[in-house]
Amino acid sequence: MAPVTVSISEPAFFLPVFNQYEETNKGNHIMNFTRFTRSQVTAGLLLFSGFFASAVQAAPANVTLLNVSYDPTRELYQAENAAFTSYWKQKTGQTVTINQSHGGSGKQARAVIDGLEADVVTLALAYDIDAIADSKLIATNWQQRLPQNSTPYTSTIVFVVRKGNPKHIRSWDDLVKPGTSVITPNPKTSGGARWNYLAAWGYKQKQTGSATQAKAFVKALYKNVPVLDTGARGSTLTFTQRGLGDVLIAWENEAHLVIREFGADKFEIVAPPVSILAEPPVAIVDRNVDRHGTRKVAEAYLNYLYTPQAQEIIARNSYRPRNITVFRKYASSFPNIRLFTIRELFGTWRQAQKTHFSDGGTFDQIYAP
Amino acid sequence: MFRASPLPDKQTRTMLPFKRNRRQILPGFGLSMGYTVFYLSAIVIVPLATLVAGSFRIAPDLFVNTVTSPRVLASYRLSLSTALIAAMFNAFFGFLTAWTLVRYRFPGRKVLDALVDLPFALPTAVAGICFATLYSPVGWVGQFLGRFDIQLINAPSGIVIALIFIGFPFVVRTVQPVLAELEPEIEEAAHSLGASRWQAFRRILLPHIFPALLTGVTLSFARAIGEYGSVIFIAGNLPFRTEIAPLMIMSKLDQFDYDGAAAVALVLLLISFSMLLVLNSVQRWQEKAYR
Repeated sequence: MAPVTVSISEPAFFLPVFNQYEETNKGNHIMNFTRFTRSQVTAGLLLFSGFFASAVQAAPANVTLLNVSYDPTRELYQAENAAFTSYWKQKTGQTVTINQSHGGSGKQARAVIDGLEADVVTLALAYDIDAIADSKLIATNWQQRLPQNSTPYTSTIVFVVRKGNPKHIRSWDDLVKPGTSVITPNPKTSGGARWNYLAAWGYKQKQTGSATQAKAFVKALYKNVPVLDTGARGSTLTFTQRGLGDVLIAWENEAHLVIREFGADKFEIVAPPVSILAEPPVAIVDRNVDRHGTRKVAEAYLNYLYTPQAQEIIARNSYRPRNITVFRKYASSFPNIRLFTIRELFGTWRQAQKTHFSDGGTFDQIYAP
Repeated sequence: MFRASPLPDKQTRTMLPFKRNRRQILPGFGLSMGYTVFYLSAIVIVPLATLVAGSFRIAPDLFVNTVTSPRVLASYRLSLSTALIAAMFNAFFGFLTAWTLVRYRFPGRKVLDALVDLPFALPTAVAGICFATLYSPVGWVGQFLGRFDIQLINAPSGIVIALIFIGFPFVVRTVQPVLAELEPEIEEAAHSLGASRWQAFRRILLPHIFPALLTGVTLSFARAIGEYGSVIFIAGNLPFRTEIAPLMIMSKLDQFDYDGAAAVALVLLLISFSMLLVLNSVQRWQEKAYR
């Protein structure tokens, strides 16, 4: 059915507006035609035509890719794009410009469904890419096309507490204690929040083997949540800037960002003993790459993310690399957490979405009066 | 169908010498009406018709279930009540501001006057963030209020604060010109005829101002029902407690539930439209009553 676009845009806090392309290759110098003498113009034209002729001989046309991603990957892809651009230039002589677009994962998926010309999508969870696949833009078997469920990097869910950890938060059980205030975004509107929710649920279900107890546990946890922001970044700001809450449940990479931005003298990261393996997947948007004629470079771009160089960049940006050697090298920055997968406890993302986050799902149930 | 006002009334029209009485005295009716219809269609009617058409495709029982689910109903109640409270606040303080700006001369009046428009210009999200920071437990105002155990944000009161901000200029800007046109001499005359200050206000001033005030309040109310950007930062967004209707629409969209979003939006639209209709007819009735 034709989407009804009720466009109420959510602002990305102080960051630039969503879907704003950021050119990572600052190679465009617009010539300034002010006052030139005729001879200057002639000389310029001659030079220009000579340059043009040689350029045509030397390299195929330049190519542009649009990578539509979720909120916290901004810095990661800035670094990856620069690395891939020089790699591709060396390999093929072609100059590739990669534009980035960032926003809430679900919103970004919707933008692509509604016609945003993404060549590749790199989103927070598989369900969002499934939704794009449902609208026939991506082949349904997309997750089998790249290694490791099409996730070149993983992350997990950890806690950020105020310096000194005044509430002595060590594990998930500490979050449900009365008087502990927990900050996490709304799972209905935030991909990261869904990972948070499933991490808490999965912890209890693994511990007790009972879904009923897991549900009671998350219910108690969300009783301690005073505000549900619409996105992960919003929650980070609520916790750091507004001083609300004793503990922030966050992506591991986002937690490191908090420490980098605000200083280790204000906040510290607490790694729970058990958490979820968050797999943010990547995919080529088949219909768009075929129309743009960019399939080859788009595929190379996603495959590049699995190379050791790219995995190093991933590790340096506090995402967990898939490459074992790289992971070992950076092991000290990734605390040892027992990680369970979504497949293990919840099945596919479609199933998890339906059971927990669709209307009438467990998230709605725990809030029902 | 399309009759504009500068027509002679019925009687004179029948007495006109020729039959071409459809023609307007003012030239350019066809062209300007054409533009009006086109413009209204492009800006208002077509987008809203898309919404209505989209929601027709939803199975009726699904539609009813969606819009009568307790959580959606709670969000409607919250959106309407906070918008109404904010509009009432604005009615009083907006009027007061307009009064001050029109009736008194003081240094800095022009600056104050310009400040009134700022809520129009500022992205509402910025306003929401400012309020949330200011009223947060570590913010300037929040710290102070915290001493008395008052927390305004992450509660319905937070929503009202944001809505007052975004609706405020509507009241000031509608009342101001009417107030400026009203000469102080009229009040002075009332006083000289023995009216007390209150009587002069109640009997002379208010009837003149009322239609404009009502327009301003209506605009501010309507604007508040649909406001999203500023509210989400300050509301807390807890289901059943501080979740506004536009957020319900957003969260349905984020679940790729276009139908549900359209259903919630359509009902919100109908509520707003009928309230605007009622307020407009009250206003017209008022205008007639005092003329």
